[in-house]
Amino acid sequence: MTSSLSDVANAAAPRVPGTRALGTGLEARGVHAWFGSHHALADVSLDFAPGTVTALIGPSGCGKSTFIRTLNRMHEFIPSAAMAGEVLLDGKDVYAPGVDVTKIRLQIGMVFQKPNPFPSMTIGENVLSGLKLAQLKVDNKDDLLEECLERAGLWKEVKDRLGAHGGSLSGGQQQRLCIARALAVKPQVLLMDEPCSALDPGSTLRIEETIRHLSESMTIVIVTHNMQQAARVSDHTAFFLSDGGPGQMVEVAPTTEIFSRPKDKRTEDYVTGRFG
Amino acid sequence: MSTVKPISPWKATPKDRIRDLLILLATAGATYLLVEFTPLKGKLAYFLLFFALYALATGVLSFLKYGRMTAKDSAVKVIISAGALLTVLPIVSILATIIQKGYKGIKLSIFTNDMSLATPTDPLSNGGLLHAIVGTLLLVSVALVMSVPIGILTALYLTEIKGKFTKPIRFLVQAMSGVPSIVAGLFILSAVIYPITKANSGFMGSLALTILMIPTVARTSEEVLNLIPQDLREAGTALGGTQWRTVAMIVIPAARSGLITAVILGVARIAGETAPLLLLTGGGDRVNGNPFNDPMGSLPFYIWKSFNAGSEEAITRAWAGLLVLVVLVLILFTTARFLSTRKVAR
Repeated sequence: MTSSLSDVANAAAPRVPGTRALGTGLEARGVHAWFGSHHALADVSLDFAPGTVTALIGPSGCGKSTFIRTLNRMHEFIPSAAMAGEVLLDGKDVYAPGVDVTKIRLQIGMVFQKPNPFPSMTIGENVLSGLKLAQLKVDNKDDLLEECLERAGLWKEVKDRLGAHGGSLSGGQQQRLCIARALAVKPQVLLMDEPCSALDPGSTLRIEETIRHLSESMTIVIVTHNMQQAARVSDHTAFFLSDGGPGQMVEVAPTTEIFSRPKDKRTEDYVTGRFG
Repeated sequence: MSTVKPISPWKATPKDRIRDLLILLATAGATYLLVEFTPLKGKLAYFLLFFALYALATGVLSFLKYGRMTAKDSAVKVIISAGALLTVLPIVSILATIIQKGYKGIKLSIFTNDMSLATPTDPLSNGGLLHAIVGTLLLVSVALVMSVPIGILTALYLTEIKGKFTKPIRFLVQAMSGVPSIVAGLFILSAVIYPITKANSGFMGSLALTILMIPTVARTSEEVLNLIPQDLREAGTALGGTQWRTVAMIVIPAARSGLITAVILGVARIAGETAPLLLLTGGGDRVNGNPFNDPMGSLPFYIWKSFNAGSEEAITRAWAGLLVLVVLVLILFTTARFLSTRKVAR
């Protein structure tokens, strides 16, 4: 059962030769996760090819968020957390001994469910906060600021008030500010944990456009409860499910296939709205 | 098209207001008669009787109009309001007494003179409390410099590091905030003065005040830091910040105004401390700018000494000292309120 799952996973994301800008992608190999004695996620193997968008769908509590938090080592933020398996970034295990966890998080950025701009900083400072946090140097901060806001689709709206507080923006703008903030440290991979769940349809659409633009230059993993969203933005879709036990990945395939001809009965039930 | 006039049908009509006023007046009248013609006497009798009658009257009226549940509701409302008033009554009374008795002793000259050439029983034109104000400000400043870093670092340990010792440390900090100030004084006396310095000084007083101030600063800071959403810490870490960079750049700035409040509450806690200062500072009468040498005066010490002298002038001095001290503490509390009402974190 599990071996057939990982076969599907490997088949679904054909490896393309890596480019320098995008790296050679991110691979999860047999990832398990625990919270204390609670086994939350079992044996997930999934490839994320460079320059692709992968959507993770599935009902609440199936381990999608836990899974993406193992990818950039945010899982260990929870005191009782444990994991097993390998996460390979450019072929190197991010959990290997001696790996600097802060460097991993610089390469694998993250956008959270609720927009969380830093309250003590202005819009401009928020975008560049990653550089200060990680003590990175850049030659031209203004160019970087404009580039990141432009890529996040926010530049036109805020270019005249970069000194205003991040909290003065609307929810959708705040989320795009958080995307711009994540872009400023130039990650290869961007993880998005239900980035639109707190936003209205208009803002959601803006963020989806942003995701499509970004996927030209980076690898994106997005957790979403909105199946239309998965269909709109992603190249591949992985379906996660927990049948009372730990969450598992049931199926991964190109998005059009998942929604038109799912191989697994449970996936079909979920994407057609028969449960979940 | 007719314009619609906004109304609030749930609010009291003028008729209701007149009825309420009549009930209030009737209750007041009844209270007066009862106190006059029964053995009940005193201000407290007026206060309690008035609220008891008022609760009864509004309760009975609501009962007649709406029934039992509403009657209970309005009676309880009156009793709770009485409780709230009863709480602020002593504070207002204390402040009124201090202002009433203290203002007579307030002269410009007391802010420019010390007691080195005067005794508490001298006329008020001789001497002043400059040494006491200087002493209190110095004692508090030195205590502040020592306790704020320790207190905030303790709070950061409890909220950010969450190490093995979090529970015992939190317990000890809470226990420490209940330590009587005289115990802190005796501790410094037996641990520092007798074995080491063998002399009183302002610094010894500051050490005792530090012991008293740390738990206040640590606990308030801990509460403030706990209000900062976990999201922000995760966002900082996810951007490649180490824990220390995240705390220093995001958590502390977000909590800044709350931390200032914690410091001011700590200062207000120790500004009026008397017992340890009696034991440790030596209570000089001369302006002394050096906390490490020679006795140092302070406002609580000045008040205590003046009351002990007993003459009319001395007691007026003491009340004036109290007024100055209370105003000082009030200024601190007002600043704290002002700073804390500005948002801590979004």
